[in-house]
Amino acid sequence: MCLGIPGRVTAVREEHGTRMATVDFGGVTKSVCLAYVPEVGVGDYTIVHAGFAITHLDEDSALETLALFEQLGMLEEELGAPQPAPTGEAVS
Amino acid sequence: MADGTVVDPAAWTCPAPLRGGERVVLGHGGGGALSGELVEHLFLPAFGEAARAATPTDAAVLSVGGERLAFSTDTYVVRPLFFPGGNIGDLAINGTVNDLAMAGAQPLALSTGFVLEEGLDLDALGRIATAMGAAASVAGVQLVTGDTKVVESGHGDGAYINTAGVGRIPAGVDLRPERAAPGDVVIVSGPLGMHGVAVLSVREGLEFGTELHSDTAPLNGLVATMLARAPDPADLHVLRDPTRGGLAASVCEIAGTAQVGVELEEHAIPVPEEVRAACGFLGLDAIQVANEGRLVAFVAPEAADAVLAAMRGTEAGAGAAVIGRVSAEHPGVVTARTGLGATRVVERPLGEQLPRIC
Amino acid sequence: MKYLDEFRDPALAERLLREIRDTATQPWALMEVCGGQTHSIIRNGIDQLLPEGIELIHGPGCPVCVTPLEMIDRALAIAARPEVIFCSFGDMLRVPGSRRDLFAVKAEGGDVRVVYSPLDAVEIAAGHPDREVVFFGVGFETTAPANAMAVHQARARGLTNFSMLVSHVLVPPAIEAIMSAPECRVNGFLAAGHVCTVMGSWQYEPLARRYGVPIVITGFEPLDVLDGIRHCIMQLEAGRAEVENAYARAVKSEGNLPARTMLEEVFTTSDRQWRGIGVIPESGWNLSEDFAAFDASRRFELEDLTVPESSRCRAGEVLQGLIKPSECPAFGTECTPRAPLGAPMVSGEGACAAYFHYRRLDPPVVAHG
Repeated sequence: MCLGIPGRVTAVREEHGTRMATVDFGGVTKSVCLAYVPEVGVGDYTIVHAGFAITHLDEDSALETLALFEQLGMLEEELGAPQPAPTGEAVS
Repeated sequence: MADGTVVDPAAWTCPAPLRGGERVVLGHGGGGALSGELVEHLFLPAFGEAARAATPTDAAVLSVGGERLAFSTDTYVVRPLFFPGGNIGDLAINGTVNDLAMAGAQPLALSTGFVLEEGLDLDALGRIATAMGAAASVAGVQLVTGDTKVVESGHGDGAYINTAGVGRIPAGVDLRPERAAPGDVVIVSGPLGMHGVAVLSVREGLEFGTELHSDTAPLNGLVATMLARAPDPADLHVLRDPTRGGLAASVCEIAGTAQVGVELEEHAIPVPEEVRAACGFLGLDAIQVANEGRLVAFVAPEAADAVLAAMRGTEAGAGAAVIGRVSAEHPGVVTARTGLGATRVVERPLGEQLPRIC
Repeated sequence: MKYLDEFRDPALAERLLREIRDTATQPWALMEVCGGQTHSIIRNGIDQLLPEGIELIHGPGCPVCVTPLEMIDRALAIAARPEVIFCSFGDMLRVPGSRRDLFAVKAEGGDVRVVYSPLDAVEIAAGHPDREVVFFGVGFETTAPANAMAVHQARARGLTNFSMLVSHVLVPPAIEAIMSAPECRVNGFLAAGHVCTVMGSWQYEPLARRYGVPIVITGFEPLDVLDGIRHCIMQLEAGRAEVENAYARAVKSEGNLPARTMLEEVFTTSDRQWRGIGVIPESGWNLSEDFAAFDASRRFELEDLTVPESSRCRAGEVLQGLIKPSECPAFGTECTPRAPLGAPMVSGEGACAAYFHYRRLDPPVVAHG
């Protein structure tokens, strides 16, 4: 039900008076309704649920969050505290 | 933190007769648990001793005049008839060729039976027939006999095709699910999920854009190479082509029949990014999605390296990868180690995840 | 896949787990109220990886699971009518009503179709003017904007053969009901990320204050869930009880304003029966008077049904987080996905189904790596 996936808008058009887009999810494209995200345009990332874009994905925020995760435990590592090795395997 | 009540994995498979419904539902055709129940509780009791004694494999093995013949049949009801990468004709030939190949047989001859709907476009039928001829030629198999029936318009979606095939199993080859043994290496011949996603992409109501095409292909050449290059052909214990129900259904069936455990490594299972993306927004698990040109092999550990190298030297097996091992733990249950290092159980799909996929 | 794969990185997950281990000094019980998060937790084994003492209680976050039996029976009755094309999301098809499910109705000749988006149902209505097209509008606030737009479009296109059977449920009243229960053990909440994408985080402020619990807006990928847990525990250890946003890339405090405007126009709030829990006041949405013409429950004359639940199904206790699915005596024996007693065993996001599909081993295999 909460199945919302991020994708990138590659084209925008009008259908029955509603703003629609082609959204690219890692190579697979789908037709999505943009009515709720008037600020989203070609090249933007959005989260799609049940055929609707529900928000403009904030890419800066995403990168900040990831950078923050990278920082966790960094201070302890710098001070030379013993740490368990990360698993390091890629996730499918 | 521990769970509460002890749950016995064997107990969940209900031994009681089919319950909860008097009609066939789509799920019975899904290749998953519901299909299995229909066979076990409705067909086998009616079909006699030989059927009941047979274990669930793709092909039957018959002894004829000192030789072993493999004999198999399959019926194709894919909708739509034409999809990226092929049509129902390709599936009809390659599917039965592959069932025979999974028994280690070199396919000799196929029959073709058609149930056509009145009104089917002759041009479309011509394209299907052409595909079948071409596929048979690539696989090196003869189409020797067949039958055609037509039903009134409104009864049958264009075309249904049945193919049955016979092939010869060379001496020394022994491929049966019971042979899966602790220590065996599990190898898959290439990337998964392509056929199911390709068909769904043109399924009415779901349409989405993709470059993906069905992986439909004959595997008898790949199997012959694997048998030839293994130290001993008997080092190959089980072969299965993961069609409806995907890799999960195949591996779960084998684990169940052989009463062994299987431990897969999720990160090692090859799934193309596009398949993952499509499964992402459709809410599907890629290992439960149908394939039509892949096989999964259970190989004796001492032969695994040679077999893997042989596979990678072929076109059909270029993307081959080791995805797990057979264990003596948790017999009949398949587990997978997730990216995070936790363990989850792998299920065969219950019923009809993707209706009319092959 | 961009903005998905990065949030599944095992090395970063390990760092987050380490932070959680270093921060927690005592046991805490956290609840998520989102089927998608429940599924992600069980599927990825996050609860197996958390330190001893940090417990995740699975709340009533699966809208399919909480749809009352009467509503399912109503849907089945409509779907069985020969003039109707009944459209639904896939996960509703196998939810058992009192006697059968939508798959069975299909087997008996009912025209039941799975759609990806409610707009697909509107297209079907436009293409079949001679048939009545009904869409089963189930979901939390995340799905409501899509359903609202479908009804809105149907009206704009002048369609007279489209209607919706609405059974929407709302998260904040559910949290209130959980916190008001005397047996409640919940110390902190992970709020559903995409529900908040639509509605914003402002609704949770009064709840955090009234009940003194931290509420952390959380996403779905493993790193998002771990980060939500981390923030929650940090607050609990510091004695704070605030609303925090740990899914900033997709959630703003005011939510999605165009969506909220549409929701106010199309829906009105009402009391709603939650399967296994009971009536929660002001916890559901129905179509407003303005859109009464598109309300399937008014368009189709149906008897008023009161249906008793299976006495063996303990979905209510599971949905409230009082028991784990594996603690239910029927789990895995009488109640399996093949023959479910209750909705949480059927829905892809139900806690019972998640446990069944991923956790049938005993003892649980300890995570390695």
